[in-house]
Parts: sequence; C-alpha cells; structure tokens
Amino acid sequence: MPPLTRLFIKTALAYLALALLAGLARSLPPSEALPVFFAYLTPVYFHLFMAGWVLQLIIGVGYWMFPKHTREQPRGNEALAWAAYGLLNAGLALRVVAEPLHAMQPHPAWGWALALSAVLQWLGGMAFVANAWPRIKEH
Amino acid sequence: MPGLSVWYVRTALVYLALGLTFGMLMLWHKGMPIHPALWALLPAHIEFLLLGWTLQLAFGVAFWILPRFRTKRGNVRLAWLAYALLNAGIWLVTLDPWLGRLTGWGWTGRVLEALAVIAFALHAWPRIKPPGA
Repeated sequence: MPPLTRLFIKTALAYLALALLAGLARSLPPSEALPVFFAYLTPVYFHLFMAGWVLQLIIGVGYWMFPKHTREQPRGNEALAWAAYGLLNAGLALRVVAEPLHAMQPHPAWGWALALSAVLQWLGGMAFVANAWPRIKEH
Repeated sequence: MPGLSVWYVRTALVYLALGLTFGMLMLWHKGMPIHPALWALLPAHIEFLLLGWTLQLAFGVAFWILPRFRTKRGNVRLAWLAYALLNAGIWLVTLDPWLGRLTGWGWTGRVLEALAVIAFALHAWPRIKPPGA
C-alpha cells in the first residue's frame, strides 16, 4: 500500500470518528451547559462524513487499486495526488471551524474563510479527478 | 478493467466534478453571498454525489472485481441496463424542478433508479460466491 494511500485512509478514519462525535454533539438536547456551536454542526457533520470519510477513503483506495497509468508513472502524477490530499484536507478543516462560527455570528472574516475553504476543497477534488481519469482504462 | 467499468467509473468522476462544483458555489455563497438562486443547486449536489458518484463508482468497481465464472462476468446485459437506468433516473430527478412538478418526472426518475439497483443486484447476486463455485 503506497504511503499516500495510508495517509488518506488513516485521515479518513480520523474524520469518521470526528463525524460521529459531531453527530452526537448536534443531537444532544439543548442545554445552557453545552457550547452554542453544537447547535450549528449539522452541515459540518454531513461533510465530515461524506468528504472526510467516504470521499477520502475512495480516493486512497483508488490511488492504490486503479489500473496503472504507465510503467514510469504507475499512479499517475504523484505531485497532483499529494496536492489533492493537501487541498481537500486544508479546505475541510477550514470549513469545520468557519461554518459553525459564521452561522453563530456572521463576520466577513468567517465568510471569506468559508469561500476559501470552498475553493480549496474543489481544487482538491479536481486534482483527484484529473489524476484518476487517465488510469480508468480498459485492459 | 472491463469496458463497462470504465463507463461507470468515468461517469462517476464526471458526477463528482459536477457535484463538487455545485457544492463549491453554494459554500462560497454561504460565506460571501453571490445570488440566492444558487441554493437551487442543493438537490442536484446531493443527487450527483450520492447516486451519480458514490453508488455509480460502487457499481463500476463491483462489476470489475467481484468473482467471475472462469473468465465471464455473468449477465452483462443486466449490468449495462443498470448503467442506463441509473443515469436516466439521476437526470430525471435532477431536472424535475425545471421540467414541471405535475409531470411526474422526479417520481419516474426514482423508479428508474430503483430498477437500476434491482438490475445490478440481479447481475451481481450469482457472482457473490465462494472461490471455484
């Protein structure tokens, strides 16, 4: 298993744990003892699960198991694959922080952080698509 | 990778790109508003990423790696039928808000998606077997 696959899968497992914790936090009955941002975790919960866990697990396993690109570059452009990992995770981490804070108390700084996180995650996804596409071939 | 899996997985990648693009636009709009009409992309974002990307990728990879009968993959026509039904269903469901509520396109799309799952299950069922069977 290549190092990048191990990193993707272990990160995905960490996000799965975080997603379940976020799911638990958002389902707790309202109480003054709880942090206010617990009430704003629903979109974060879904995206920790779908982007952090499902998508990253697929990307990690796909990078490992999809047909080889060429003998010289069996897994395609490795720099692009690492860029996908960095961009996706930077974007998702930024979203996890900025989205509940922006929902609680809108502020241009959080708004721009959300916009930046949107672009980072999109670039990460596109880097994966661009690297995977030529490996999806008949043999 | 067999030809049908190439179709499934590449189509799934197209849906991933579209679904992420819609998500990017909505998240940007949430932070720095562009236009409220962007929220209309939410059903397509969900449909493309859950069925177009995740389910379709699972079908494509399963068609590729499930156990075979010597060199054959069983009833390949059913798997092709599932591909056609799934994608027709996804587009009917996605375009339903623009095609008119009373025409039943969304409902028809859901039926096609369910039939796609049944067709793929019928294809895959005999391939779920012990080695050599």
